[in-house]
Amino acid sequence: MLRFIFGRLAVLIPTFIGVSIIAFSFIRLLPGDPVMLMSGERVMSPERHAQLMADLGLDRPVYIQYFDYLVNLLHGDFGSSIVTKRAVLDDFLQLFPATIELSLCAIILAVALGVPAGVLAAVKRGTWLDQSLMGTALIGYSMPIFWWGLLLVIFFSGYLGWTPVSGRISLMYFFPQVTGFMLIDSLISGQAGAFKSAVTYLILPTIVLATVPLAVIARQTRSAMLEVLGEDYVRTARSKGLSPFRVIGVHALRNALIPVVTTIGLQVGVLLAGAILTETIFSWPGIGKWMVDSVFKRDYQVVQGGLMLIAAVIMVINLIVDVLYGFINPRIRH
Amino acid sequence: MAVAEIKTTTPPTGFAEFWFYFSRNKGAVIGLAIFLIILVLAIFAPIVTPHSPSIQNRDVLLLPPALATGGQWTYLLGTDAVGRDILSRLIYGARFSLFIGLVVVTISVISGVLVGLIAGYFRGRTDTIIMRVMDIILAFPSLLLALVLVAVLGPGLVNAMIAISLVNLPHFVRLTRAAVMSERTKDYVIASRVAGAGTMRLMFLTILPNCLAPLIVQATLAFSAAILDAAALGFLGMGAQPPTPEWGTMLAEAREFIQRAWWVVTFPGLAILITVLAINLMGDGLRDALDPKLKRS
Repeated sequence: MLRFIFGRLAVLIPTFIGVSIIAFSFIRLLPGDPVMLMSGERVMSPERHAQLMADLGLDRPVYIQYFDYLVNLLHGDFGSSIVTKRAVLDDFLQLFPATIELSLCAIILAVALGVPAGVLAAVKRGTWLDQSLMGTALIGYSMPIFWWGLLLVIFFSGYLGWTPVSGRISLMYFFPQVTGFMLIDSLISGQAGAFKSAVTYLILPTIVLATVPLAVIARQTRSAMLEVLGEDYVRTARSKGLSPFRVIGVHALRNALIPVVTTIGLQVGVLLAGAILTETIFSWPGIGKWMVDSVFKRDYQVVQGGLMLIAAVIMVINLIVDVLYGFINPRIRH
Repeated sequence: MAVAEIKTTTPPTGFAEFWFYFSRNKGAVIGLAIFLIILVLAIFAPIVTPHSPSIQNRDVLLLPPALATGGQWTYLLGTDAVGRDILSRLIYGARFSLFIGLVVVTISVISGVLVGLIAGYFRGRTDTIIMRVMDIILAFPSLLLALVLVAVLGPGLVNAMIAISLVNLPHFVRLTRAAVMSERTKDYVIASRVAGAGTMRLMFLTILPNCLAPLIVQATLAFSAAILDAAALGFLGMGAQPPTPEWGTMLAEAREFIQRAWWVVTFPGLAILITVLAINLMGDGLRDALDPKLKRS
């Protein structure tokens, strides 16, 4: 098992270096140089320009600059914003809990609804129930979520007035951010109604972000279940006289879940891509909105650092999923 | 009716067999029908649209659809904030979306298959380097990478297509490589090599045709994903630029009227959903028809 984990870690190193090269070269592919970007509209004398370039170390050979960049990265220095002058890592750490909270709620919703829906469709294969469940799943899979979010806002926020349109919690409430997770912080604060407010703000973004993973998980669970239901051990379990509930829930589902776990792991990238759109629609203060805003503000230092950090997060999560997968399915280790 | 006669005298052709399995999936046939309708509308857009997609009629700003109160039959789906006919813009928008899908799939299939073929056929160091590069692309969320690429290249439709093609590339490379690796050591390939076939012939004429089935299914999925991604970039303001009647861009323009005029928001999204759904339905049917593992069951 340890060897397996180290093997996976070894593969991560070249990927990490590659990602850092992309993040490093991104800012250099832009027209103009960082000093010109920083000065913006202001006119600058050639001497001043050369001085600033030298100050920032930009007059040295590219490979030395890259090496410096890599050393900085390993020291946790991901650059700082041109606009706010704040360190990219600080901003990231402050905003990331909002994205984690939203993504976790979305993936919990997707699994909680997707797995039972897939099992039900597989057990009732070919019936109207199967067809309508899978039809709905395909619609979810085809959904432009940015539009779906707008529709939900029109109906639930505009027409019914049930949910707020944007943000994480009502401005009425103010309490220290202990964990960064609004649901937990609002509970800790002990303020009446704070938790309920946080839930109402969270509900629509969660539905929007969960839509595509939910559909994928439901489809994957159904096909995995169909494969397993035809196996000999399921027939044995049935012929032993076990209740259908036990056969499906314990014997079949446990084995069917192996590919489903991988699918759930693969949804991490999908979730973060979806978070970009969802957070933009609902003004959710997470890293997705942060990246979009930075692209528009031309705050390329933030974009560069954010790219690096987000890629690192995805690589680590993929590693965890790989290891978990090796844990569930020992065959993969060899 | 020469075609019909040939069919009765010869054993079922590859296409006839394919159609037999494809048409058993009702959803796939419906998807194909919807797709063909959208395709015809897009091709004949100048003839079938009731209005110009760009002419602004100042008398009918934010006119509701014909069936809603206050609607006019000349503007079936209503008008937008500057008095342009939404239906006409949607039909022209179909041209952009289908074109984007076609270009993205063409670029990513051709380059992905080529790279995957090289990786799977030659293995060794070439393979390792190629796969590591693909891992790097996959380490970023696709939409974020596309967004940043477009920011570097400059917002616009062409750059959005390039970015989405690049993001799609790893899927085709991985799929082709896996298929090639499983075919490479089979008897017919070795027989062909023993018979003196060169590397090029082995790669493109012997192995590749036997790897096509999963690639066709993936190409369909990539087609719909490209339409979604391009619309998402348009929605974020980094894809096609106004006044282009691209569906995502139309949605972005409509956002501020979300409380006052539901139709400006509803219809462009519905167009995206229907088109993507039709293509995905076809994709499911293609998978059923082309995947031999499922055929037997």
